[in-house]
Amino acid sequence: MSVTTNETLTEATTKHGPSVKGMEIATAVALMAAGGIAVMDSLRVGAGWSSDGPQSGYFPFWLGVLLMAASLVNLASALRVRGKAAGALFATWPQLRLVASVFVPTAIYVAVIPFIGIYVSSAVLIAFFMIRFGEFRSVVSLPSGALAAGIAFAVFELWFLVALPKGPLETYLGY
Amino acid sequence: MEEINLLMQGFGVALQPENLILMVVGIVLGVLIGVLPGLGGANGIAILLPLTFAMPPVSAIIMLSCIYWGALFGGAITSILFNIPGEPWSVATTFDGYPMAQQGRAGEALTAAFTSSFVGALIAVVMITFVAPMVAQFALKFGPPEFFAVMFLSFACFIGLSKGAPFKAIAAMMFGFILAGVGMDGVTGQLRMTFGSMELMRGIDFLVVVIGLFGLSEIFQSIEDGLSFKGAKAKINLRTVIDTWKILPRHWALALRSSAIGCWMGITPAGATPASFMSYGVARSMSKDPTSFGKGRIEGVIAPETAAHAAGTSALLPMLALGVPGSPTAAVLLGGLIMWGLQPGPMLFVEQKDFVWGLIASMYLGNIVGLIIVLAAVPWFAAILRVPFSIIAAVILMVCAIGAYTVNSAEFDVVLMLIFGVIGYVMKKLDYPLAPLILALVLGDRTEESFRQALLISEGSLAVFFSNWLVGGIMVAGLTMLFYPAIIKLMGAMKPRPA
Repeated sequence: MSVTTNETLTEATTKHGPSVKGMEIATAVALMAAGGIAVMDSLRVGAGWSSDGPQSGYFPFWLGVLLMAASLVNLASALRVRGKAAGALFATWPQLRLVASVFVPTAIYVAVIPFIGIYVSSAVLIAFFMIRFGEFRSVVSLPSGALAAGIAFAVFELWFLVALPKGPLETYLGY
Repeated sequence: MEEINLLMQGFGVALQPENLILMVVGIVLGVLIGVLPGLGGANGIAILLPLTFAMPPVSAIIMLSCIYWGALFGGAITSILFNIPGEPWSVATTFDGYPMAQQGRAGEALTAAFTSSFVGALIAVVMITFVAPMVAQFALKFGPPEFFAVMFLSFACFIGLSKGAPFKAIAAMMFGFILAGVGMDGVTGQLRMTFGSMELMRGIDFLVVVIGLFGLSEIFQSIEDGLSFKGAKAKINLRTVIDTWKILPRHWALALRSSAIGCWMGITPAGATPASFMSYGVARSMSKDPTSFGKGRIEGVIAPETAAHAAGTSALLPMLALGVPGSPTAAVLLGGLIMWGLQPGPMLFVEQKDFVWGLIASMYLGNIVGLIIVLAAVPWFAAILRVPFSIIAAVILMVCAIGAYTVNSAEFDVVLMLIFGVIGYVMKKLDYPLAPLILALVLGDRTEESFRQALLISEGSLAVFFSNWLVGGIMVAGLTMLFYPAIIKLMGAMKPRPA
């Protein structure tokens, strides 16, 4: 299901998007920053030896150093890419737009769970996906979403007795 | 033969009615998970793990490991019928499986795939039955330095054997270790990398990360191509099965070789995916007619499927005997052991005989049950992919969110899952391996603990890791694996080049 590099290479001639090279550089820098954070925090809690043995920061300190070093090598090899390979695309803009069309509703979904509960928001998410991507009519989609959420409610809340986030609707219904 | 007796006791545990039912439930769920994009063995088990807290550990592991076998079987269905590998280890199965389906030989390909999966798994389980107790017995002598050395060896294998850039494997691994370090330090109680956040004090749970990295990112990746499933019809009847079974014994040498490759790659944490590719490659290069591969050769289905199942199964050997998992899914199962209050490692074979042998016995039974279920129910499982992607994707997103929430009953974990979904999407597209990240995250605490204990013994001298032949030997093996790519390159450079 993944887009292989060869495909992206051929697409590069016709389409546009962020390059693999740029993303490689960004990822290497981000991981280097993560390593830096680990090193700094380890120095804060102490990365050396105390009377009772290695301090809390001893192990993470060296991991952070290794992460920074490995990312530096990755960064260098990303920067070395030239010529035809430098034009390789991470993904085309239309592809990224598709990914965003899934990501943005999912992010909204995650954001509203604390307020309206996981069941109502799941019902809405499923109905939305069916209308938006499946071109189902809302007569079909809305009940389908509610049904799926209802099944989840039955399985988790009633059968497995796992309490999931609930909102005003569930409170109104007495759960 | 003490193992045989213990195994028989194990069968007693596994054959209890409730465990048999859980086995069937696990297999069906597993095949479902294997067929659906975005739900794989590792994150399928991660999602269901929190629901098993109330079960006895042996029942829980039987169900969860059966999900794993089911997922291994399920991957083949989509590869052969739809040319979509449901799991990474079934990519190699598409090469010859899909052409066979197009030629109207779908039934033959599926039967061959399931049967060879079964054979691969069986050989691996037999190997586990006799080798794992020996390894565990041996490992009872291990102290902290030896345990650290074993973990070092398995991490070094990842780097040395990784197909891609070794420094990406190192970066992914270190990132995983650092994530494991977030939260309270188990030894001193000191808070690390929490930056005053209450939510981070709990630490970053590997289950949440697995669901994000393997589940969400998969959905993002699938939508990129605007998924549409176009598949061959699945028809399996008894005739096809029996006809195919008549052909299969001819390929016994291939099956044995592929199992050996699988077992080896499973124990060293290379995993099922490289095993399937390697086995396919070897089968093609040893064939009299290599050019006919990729056009619908039955050997091209047998080789990767046998190896993938053998590798997937034998990945549990180091998990059980040493507490060092051989694959991401085994890592999730290991996390389960810790949650159920069991101490992974060689002592498991001494203190939890029922658990260990019940699990091993369930591997025999589970694979038999699995073979029957998949042969009988292929058309139904294939029908799942005719459900529109819009519905599947949304339902999977819901299941992932519920799974992430139930780990700690924390809404923050759902947010973390989303973040790791994006991280996984980017890392996958840039060929950063995710398996070392997960392994480091699961083993991080235990690796650090044994490292610190070892240093306490030696009062800070790293020489403790070379202090006797045992720990020194493992460390040298680890270092060899770590520098394996460099050593090969060096040897290549020294060899005189043919003109």
